[in-house]
Amino acid sequence: MSASAIPTPAKRRRTRGPLAKYLNRNRRAISALAIFAVLLIIFTMANPRIFTNPITYRAIFLSLPISLFVVVPLVFIVASGEIDLSFPATAGITSWVFSAAVQSGWEPVAALIPALLLGVVVGLVVGGLVTYVGLSSLVATLGMNFLMRGIINMGTQGVAIQFPQMRTTALWQAFAGRIEGFPVINGFPVHMLWGLGFVALGWMLFNRHRLGIRVQIVGDNPDSAAEMGITVARVKIGAFVFLGIGAALSGVLSVLVNQNWWPTTGDGLLLPALAAVFVGGTPTWGGIGTVVGSSIGAFIIAFIETGIIGAGLTGYVTQFFNGLVIILSLIGHRFNGRRYR
Amino acid sequence: MNNRLVELKNITKSFGNVNALNNVSMEINKPEIVGLIGDNGAGKSTLIKILSGVYAPDSGEIFLHGKQVEGHWSVARAHAAGIETVYQDRALCVQHTIALNIFMGREITGAFGLVKVRKQYEEAERLMREIGFTSRVFTPDSVVATLSGGERQGVAIARALYFEAELLILDEPTNALSLTETQKVYSFMLAAKDKGSSVVFISHNIYHAYDIADRFIILDRGTVVMQVDKSEVESAERLVQHMKDFARAGHAS
Repeated sequence: MSASAIPTPAKRRRTRGPLAKYLNRNRRAISALAIFAVLLIIFTMANPRIFTNPITYRAIFLSLPISLFVVVPLVFIVASGEIDLSFPATAGITSWVFSAAVQSGWEPVAALIPALLLGVVVGLVVGGLVTYVGLSSLVATLGMNFLMRGIINMGTQGVAIQFPQMRTTALWQAFAGRIEGFPVINGFPVHMLWGLGFVALGWMLFNRHRLGIRVQIVGDNPDSAAEMGITVARVKIGAFVFLGIGAALSGVLSVLVNQNWWPTTGDGLLLPALAAVFVGGTPTWGGIGTVVGSSIGAFIIAFIETGIIGAGLTGYVTQFFNGLVIILSLIGHRFNGRRYR
Repeated sequence: MNNRLVELKNITKSFGNVNALNNVSMEINKPEIVGLIGDNGAGKSTLIKILSGVYAPDSGEIFLHGKQVEGHWSVARAHAAGIETVYQDRALCVQHTIALNIFMGREITGAFGLVKVRKQYEEAERLMREIGFTSRVFTPDSVVATLSGGERQGVAIARALYFEAELLILDEPTNALSLTETQKVYSFMLAAKDKGSSVVFISHNIYHAYDIADRFIILDRGTVVMQVDKSEVESAERLVQHMKDFARAGHAS
């Protein structure tokens, strides 16, 4: 606590122009973009032919939206001062409900509804455990992840569900089809548009909506939030419900894209999605975050997977490279702007 | 009396085994400035957090304008009743802007709960001009972490003034402030009274409190031991003496 009460005038801070202000306010997202640019340059130098070919990026667009649907809500969770490790199983269990419903003759569009509802319920349960029961979100969500995956395993005995006819359905067309007229990349994947739309919605919700603003307040200082009349528990539960919905969308999209549901659906999301959040510039300590930055983070993580192979390296290098990028980008964020708490 | 703003009757509040407040009854009239004094652990802050709605009392009754408050007492209801509080910890989010801090919990929203950021910025700017922020370099976009202790206190007070309280509560408002800034806070309190509002404040400095208050409520170990008009106490020294007497009496028993 500063004791000097008489502020020294003017020279202590210089006034900034609007551009400098804009850069400063968005510095975390901008540094995520810089990390991506550096990677792009490295990969392109390693293999110019592959990385100037749009087809390479189409491959990324196929998998990226599946992670965007969880990365965006995860920014809310982390900014609220919590963490979630249960979203992979939430994606698994909600897409299981979707798949089982479709298998038993439901119209896929209709089957989306129980999947989303289950996502909401999971969010309420997890959020309730963290706020009202007062469990640590780290441990509670770890437990929920095992619990829900266990329910899937017991219920399916490890049997997958296949959808050879999925491509003919209206939901597939609307959600995972492709827009004709981009001959270079053999049609633009529709779900990339949904993914970008979700990022835009997430940005709006985080920066311009009462929920997102309060998520940031609660994560910054829950005591202050309570003193100013914010119900901290309700805000955090809201963030968990948003993640439940996002995980359901992610799981269903994965089923549509792969035309297959596996008992392991969603499992592979855990570490890449979390890495994306932090690589993108959302800090671990809560109170602030960047939806756009973390979405770029998701793009970086997806890009590394494709980039390693494209650059002519073997897949064995991927994890090493992922680790390197995570550490280097965190160091970058660390020196990019002060940490206030 | 029909100029009674708030009345507490037999308020009790405990945290675990600790009885923070024991059968506290007091009232605040309109307009007046009440100094709440007492030793550390006397229950001053707890009492203030009950008035401001952060804590609901375990038992007892709260009356606003002579009407008993029914159901769960909360910050939102206190805000709606025109009770504004400057907390001892300032209740600020240091990673965020002055504008966001002023409107936290009471954002100006339009359709779909979307926050009118532009409007909040303008209102905050107008408010900062009115209050007279010491340095012009601050804008409503300035991050609170870059402000000094006194400046942060200024934000907390500005926020309370913005919502035009009928009852302004200040917990150690002059803590960490310079003499000139302290004078400024007192002038805000006097101005609020001139406008017909009431002020309750806690001060660690009884001499300061004596200068400005119309009435004093002395708390000791969770009970109100004395309510006295300033006219009945000759000097600040006398007030200190009262406090010491109560403390001694308490320890002796």
